[in-house]
Amino acid sequence: MSPLLYLAQRGTAAILAVTVAVHLGTILYAVRGGLTAGEILGRTHGNLAFLAFYAVFVLAAAIHAPIGLRSILREWTGWRGRSLDLSMIAFSALLAGLGLRAALAVYWA
Amino acid sequence: MRASTTPPMRAGLIRASLRRPGFAAALIHRLSGLALALFLPMHFIALGTALQGADRLESFLGLTQNGFVRTAEWGLVCALAVHMALGLRVLAIEWLRYRERTALVVSGCLATAFAVGLLFLLSGA
Amino acid sequence: MTVPVDHAVGQGVTEALRVRVRRGDAVAEYVVPRRANQTVLDVVTEIQRDQDPTLAYRFACRVGMCGSCGMTVNGRPRWTCRTRVAAVAPDGMLSLEPLRNLPVVKDLAVDMEPFFEKWRRAHGYFEPGENPPDDFATVEPDSPARQEVDAGIECINCGVCYAACDVVTWNPDYLGPAALNRAWTLVNDVRDQDRDGRLAAVAGDAGCHSCHSHMSCTEHCPKGLSPTFSIAGLKRETGKAALRRFWRRG
Repeated sequence: MSPLLYLAQRGTAAILAVTVAVHLGTILYAVRGGLTAGEILGRTHGNLAFLAFYAVFVLAAAIHAPIGLRSILREWTGWRGRSLDLSMIAFSALLAGLGLRAALAVYWA
Repeated sequence: MRASTTPPMRAGLIRASLRRPGFAAALIHRLSGLALALFLPMHFIALGTALQGADRLESFLGLTQNGFVRTAEWGLVCALAVHMALGLRVLAIEWLRYRERTALVVSGCLATAFAVGLLFLLSGA
Repeated sequence: MTVPVDHAVGQGVTEALRVRVRRGDAVAEYVVPRRANQTVLDVVTEIQRDQDPTLAYRFACRVGMCGSCGMTVNGRPRWTCRTRVAAVAPDGMLSLEPLRNLPVVKDLAVDMEPFFEKWRRAHGYFEPGENPPDDFATVEPDSPARQEVDAGIECINCGVCYAACDVVTWNPDYLGPAALNRAWTLVNDVRDQDRDGRLAAVAGDAGCHSCHSHMSCTEHCPKGLSPTFSIAGLKRETGKAALRRFWRRG
């Protein structure tokens, strides 16, 4: 954890505060009376605003989560050093890749 | 009195730690974050099935209608809400110079998160 | 020593105190008569002088000024001279262990060297610089920097916060609340000439960024200091310094 990594984590935390609030609000609104795929996709299909929102959400989470996970692994398991850092970068890439794919999936579907 | 040897005592400090509000907050924040980090790839993969059409996503969602998964969903909604609430507390301590020594704010964060969880259940999830 | 009483000293209080003391891998049990206004230090001293002279423990001033008598009392790190038995052992059971996170020398005495070594690693010392000024610096008592210093300057290096800190247990490199608290008071010292060096020393996995605000240090500090908030200050300052460097380079 360097000062810049710390700032990245806290900065994305602030961004996520907004996106999570919107996401939770959307969930609470959308699940009323049950939730179907059709309903989800009806909302997101062709919706550029949702796509942009999810892209920001995904990228912020892809930065925020691995940095936090790194602290947990360092402190609660014996893992530290270069291999841990590289694994966290890989996890970040995984989240970004899968997340952007999902955002595009609900946009295109 | 003569000294007698008995098995080593449990580390009382661990038990005591759990009663401190700051430690409880940090532990819940950490565990909820871990749960979310592990859940996120599965969430993205599930949504990604929409690439193969709405029916594919619908049939996937059908698999998740059982009691176990619905409880897990509620748990994750609570985890998201509590992680964010406690995270805002950390940001306040670190950047807004917020100085708190009581359990009040921590309890407030937990209460808000479970209120969100309750709303989720009441919304017919 | 306090005068022994020949009757129970309060409601529901037992006549005798059962004391379990960690001695290396073993636990020794002693029974000590309860006395009015007894402190845990009184108890340990009575055991060592009257019952078992081989018991090792530390104390000095016995009046809450030096911080030498720190140990784990019923699971919490405290000063034994300022801990009333009546307050922590209402049921007549007392358990004593050495301070956590430090190597044990013998019984209840720990080696404080790692604690002080981290103090030095955090640059917890004043740096006057090459040309110290001839006259005193004028520091207004109500200036923000001086108020930050005042909030943390009373630390007497007793090690209680260090023993209370879970991150020190989980991360052996972590400098710990006391060292970081002192670094913060020096970062706010307008006369100090090692600001950049000190901020670099307290940043990173071993430094302030590993604090997760458990607040055990603030909870247990016998002087009522708040290392948590000092460390939060270090997070802000190291963050700002990193942004400035990033900005200048980019």
